[in-house]
Amino acid sequence: MDLGAFINGLYGIPVLGVILQAAGYLVAVIPPNAPNIMQQATPLALAALCGVLCERSGVVNIGIEGTMLASAFTAWVVGVVVQPFFGAPDSSGLFGITMPLLIALAAAILVAMAISTLHAWLSISLRADQIISGTIINIAAAGLTGYLNQLISRNSPAGAGEFARFVPPHGLTDLPVIGWIVAMFTNQGPISISVIFLVVGTQVWLFRSRWGLRTRAVGEHPRAAETVGIDVIRLRYRNVIVGGMFAGLAGAFLSIEATNSFQQNMTGGRGFIALAAMIMGRWTPIGSFGAALLFATFLQLGQLINIAPPSGELGSIMATVPPQLFDALPYILTIVILAGVVGRSIPPAADGQPYEREAAT
Amino acid sequence: MTAPADPSPASARRPLGVRIWSVAAVPLIVTVLSLLVGALVILFSELLVPGKPFDPLLPLTAYGALIQGSYGGFDAIVSTLVYTTPLVLGGLAVAFGFKAGLFNIGAQGQFLLGALGAVIVGVALADAPAPIAIVAAMTAGIVAGGIWGFIPGFLKAVSGAHEVVSTIMLNYVAVQLLAALVSGPLKVPRSPSPVTFSVGNASFPIVIGTTGHLGIILAILAAALVWWLLFRTTWGFEIRSVGVNPSAARYAGMRPRLITIATMTFSGCLAGLAGTCVLLGVSHSMTSSFGTTVGFDSIAVALLARSNPIGVLPAALLFGSMRAGAGLMQIDANIPVELVDVLQATILLFLVASPVLRRLLRLRGVQAGVTATGKTTALGGEVAR
Repeated sequence: MDLGAFINGLYGIPVLGVILQAAGYLVAVIPPNAPNIMQQATPLALAALCGVLCERSGVVNIGIEGTMLASAFTAWVVGVVVQPFFGAPDSSGLFGITMPLLIALAAAILVAMAISTLHAWLSISLRADQIISGTIINIAAAGLTGYLNQLISRNSPAGAGEFARFVPPHGLTDLPVIGWIVAMFTNQGPISISVIFLVVGTQVWLFRSRWGLRTRAVGEHPRAAETVGIDVIRLRYRNVIVGGMFAGLAGAFLSIEATNSFQQNMTGGRGFIALAAMIMGRWTPIGSFGAALLFATFLQLGQLINIAPPSGELGSIMATVPPQLFDALPYILTIVILAGVVGRSIPPAADGQPYEREAAT
Repeated sequence: MTAPADPSPASARRPLGVRIWSVAAVPLIVTVLSLLVGALVILFSELLVPGKPFDPLLPLTAYGALIQGSYGGFDAIVSTLVYTTPLVLGGLAVAFGFKAGLFNIGAQGQFLLGALGAVIVGVALADAPAPIAIVAAMTAGIVAGGIWGFIPGFLKAVSGAHEVVSTIMLNYVAVQLLAALVSGPLKVPRSPSPVTFSVGNASFPIVIGTTGHLGIILAILAAALVWWLLFRTTWGFEIRSVGVNPSAARYAGMRPRLITIATMTFSGCLAGLAGTCVLLGVSHSMTSSFGTTVGFDSIAVALLARSNPIGVLPAALLFGSMRAGAGLMQIDANIPVELVDVLQATILLFLVASPVLRRLLRLRGVQAGVTATGKTTALGGEVAR
């Protein structure tokens, strides 16, 4: 009996057959679409890094969603505004980098840092409720960007273009077995390519550097950290603001790398999914990145199933399911992970607790 | 989370005017400041739209149109009340959660589920006698919203999943669920666009003017009911105790987990009723893009009202008037209706920063906007025992 007939025989078994078909479908569609999955994972991973930096130092930041939205809008608008000053864009260089794009990127990061500073001030200095502070940032970002977007899009201006994807040589992407992984990480724009370095860098930084050690100390036991001379307040400010840079990158990715446009509420809950990825990754950069890839696969599958529906018995089952279910899957998965993993993964002990210096005696 | 301190015995003895000022000063000042910031935003946005002469009085034109649109005439006032109705109910939902230390950001999703439940039963009973149809559709809406509130409450109680993230995720799921049902089983056959049948006899009767529906009365009754529940029943006392200090409540023999589930469910019921009111009172049928800003507005209402069920009424009226007048503002002053979102956001920002505000304006004996209790738990927090 040859292999094909054997597999067809296995597919004939009910339930098990469908599961095998699903696995076969995934094996068939994931490698060719790996670069797209990485595109979905990029904003999630960057936002999760922001979450890791904040929470490891003891500040809960659910304003990441709003920070991303504001910086996505900033990147797009600044691109629109500065583009006329630079003449015809020459986007033939590596990554299609042009001056307007770089300025837009810098502006997005600056805005994200400013918003993070606001969150830091509200939650660290004023000791306001961190969840409320973050929620207000989300509402404010949605309101302001929606309003300004309405005003600006009346003239339907052209954006500054977007970063181009790097095209790796065919010799690498055609390699058997690992070729698709090479394509996944290199057939990308500059922000997306930088993700893997940022993830590894943050991991090393968090667990191998002095700042990282202090960050973890402040997140676990701020009083003890202060006793050995660490400035808790300053360190938390610094972490929240540096985390904001990652959220700014994530926002810029959405509006000047993945697309060349801004839509109202285009973050679509990615900031919250990223928090679930962070929890699932147990507050470590590499773990969060792995979780982000998982969520990204689900985000991408919803589109894939519409474009390339699976065949056979699996296909006929899928056809009866409303397509909206697949769109809802990442969100349902987030809830399931929050509910299922939380019991086993332990947040930094001082996470979410404002720190008050002891009065000097 | 936000546990506004109950008036201390000392303040209860002060004259009524002083007491009202101590509660209302911060919300009032914050609202005025936000209107000023809004005026600056309008002036700034004139610069963004080139080609027109700069009009320094545009903010006045815009605010004039906003007031004209919400209070200029009987019909405008009724329309304001109609806009206010779901905000009262949504604001009550969020405020009720706050009292137990729970932040229900899911009012949006519970609102949609409430509307969905109401439309399903309403369409099925469209030809039934009106009282039966209305009561059944309302019950369905309330139950559907309650289920959507129960899920995050239950997850929080048994696994510690933070209600903020799970309710937001459920908001997105609700949008998809609604779209799936309205473009699927509920769709009018052969209709070019996904839309449901009308709810017919299940529509709310009109009680004021031409558009003022039954929901206006229901909202006021609900505010009274929530006040009574919170401040005059044992359950309300337990909710407030858990909100202030879960450990102490547990030692006193209360069960914070049960309270968490019950509070979130009841909160969901209120938000579901908000959706029911909009569906049965205003839209009467549902499209797949049936959406709302009630969810976010409700958070603003509850925070501005300092989670007080009676305070929710004026706070909701403020945002209701803005929503009602925004249309005329867009026509008269060419300012996008989204300005209301900006005003709302600035109100919230000023509220959170109100300790600074109090210091700057040297307000004494005035309660803070949002009190910091320092009880934020990690998103993957420990299980409330």
